[in-house]
Amino acid sequence: MNKIANVLTAACLVVTPFALQATPEQDLKEFRQLFYNKFPDVPKDDFVNGVYALDPGSREQWEAFEEFPAYEIYIDKGEELFNKKFANGKGFADCFPNYKKGVKQNYPYFDSDTGKIVTMEEAINKCLTDNGEKPFKYKKGNITYVGAYLAKLSRGNKINIKVPDDPRALAHYNAGKKFFYAKRGQLNVACADCHIAYPGSKLRTNILGPALGQTTGFPVYRNKWAGKSKKGDGMGTLQRRYTGCNKQVRAKPFKAQSDTYKALEYFHTYMSNGLEINGPSTRM
Amino acid sequence: MRITARFIKSLAYVVSLISCLGIATQVAAATDAEIAEGKKLAFNKKLGNCLACHQIEGGNMPGNVGPPLVAMKARFPDFEKLKAQITDPTKLNPNTIMPPFGPHNILSSGQIDKIAKFVHTL
Ligand code: HEC
Ligand code: HEC
Repeated sequence: MNKIANVLTAACLVVTPFALQATPEQDLKEFRQLFYNKFPDVPKDDFVNGVYALDPGSREQWEAFEEFPAYEIYIDKGEELFNKKFANGKGFADCFPNYKKGVKQNYPYFDSDTGKIVTMEEAINKCLTDNGEKPFKYKKGNITYVGAYLAKLSRGNKINIKVPDDPRALAHYNAGKKFFYAKRGQLNVACADCHIAYPGSKLRTNILGPALGQTTGFPVYRNKWAGKSKKGDGMGTLQRRYTGCNKQVRAKPFKAQSDTYKALEYFHTYMSNGLEINGPSTRM
Repeated sequence: MRITARFIKSLAYVVSLISCLGIATQVAAATDAEIAEGKKLAFNKKLGNCLACHQIEGGNMPGNVGPPLVAMKARFPDFEKLKAQITDPTKLNPNTIMPPFGPHNILSSGQIDKIAKFVHTL
């Protein structure tokens, strides 16, 4: 066993320098450039609008939608929840002292104390449980309302994800990167196939959106989610979207806030560094 | 004895004739029924779902991730090559977005055969 482990470690040592050759900064530069080259007419700041940056037809529809956005009432609900005092007299403001200036642009971040990635949803729930309150469910409901409120306050702030020079942070980053480019599911399709190789093309009637800027608008209100069940109100987190995109290719989705999805979110959001937060938003 | 031998001979002749016809229908001429079924399989969202990516005559709301499926006999004079492309496109292009319908058991080989026969008429 030991021998095998040694061989494996040796193999890893040989392979790792190649796999990690590109630094996150280099990745980011190449990643962006790909989209700038592919869509020279799209203003660089406009990638935050996803599909609507590429397709004038659906953009018009979407802009009409955004005039009276369906998520507005959920921002209000989120504000209410945010300001409601916990049983111990504290509140969310104690956990997010900078919330008025906006905090969303810093999530997810690498926590050097625990070696883990912390998403905004986790930070919201940690605030609740640290104060003796029950956590929210992930993916939809209250977590998206508080998330929408915090996103709204962060609008215009530029995404600023850091991958510090710490092997544990790099390991999360690389796991997320690998996930993004890996073929998956019975249909054998990678995130990158749909959102890097074919943005702008149509899959049936769905125009595929660019991976660049894909995380800036969350949480989102989706018509599709609103129609799904009587209880569904249309709001969902980024990781709820991951679940849907995994299912589309008949892959088993991972749990929301699993290490796998957190690593994906870390890489995926890092790739939108420098773009402005514009959440919450509406999507078809 | 003579009668039996002659009987066997003619039987063998009939058998070979039948199997010959059998092979002929299998390889060359696709029946209208097979083509019609192939079309259904190709258009079915849960099965071929080829329209997700390919424009195909007679199909509504096609995608355009892949090339339109037209002039297929000219592009694939060899039917077996067409079948291979549908069975496992990753053999030709490891990065392709087109699913490996055969190896991933999305479609049976019988279903792929019918779809290929339909696609060959386009
Ligand atoms: C088979 C194609 C396909 C695959 C594979 C796929 N997606 Fe998607 N994805 C879509 C479509 C279609 C949409 C809706 C249009 C759009 O916004 O791009 C979408 C939307 C999204 C959105 C919402 C973008 C927005 O602006 O609201 C995110 C985020 C996303 N995908 C991430 C991923 C990730 C991460 C993966 C891999 C785990 C993935 N997708 C895999 C097809 C796919
Ligand atoms: C998710 C997208 C997708 C789906 C679904 C799909 N294809 Fe394709 N197909 C492609 C792409 C992209 C190509 C271009 C070649 C490549 O990338 O390998 C292609 C190429 C082909 C070709 C070769 C065309 C040529 O002239 O070279 C044929 C034939 C074909 N597909 C048939 C089918 C059939 C039949 C189905 C359904 C059973 C199907 N495809 C489903 C994406 C798809």
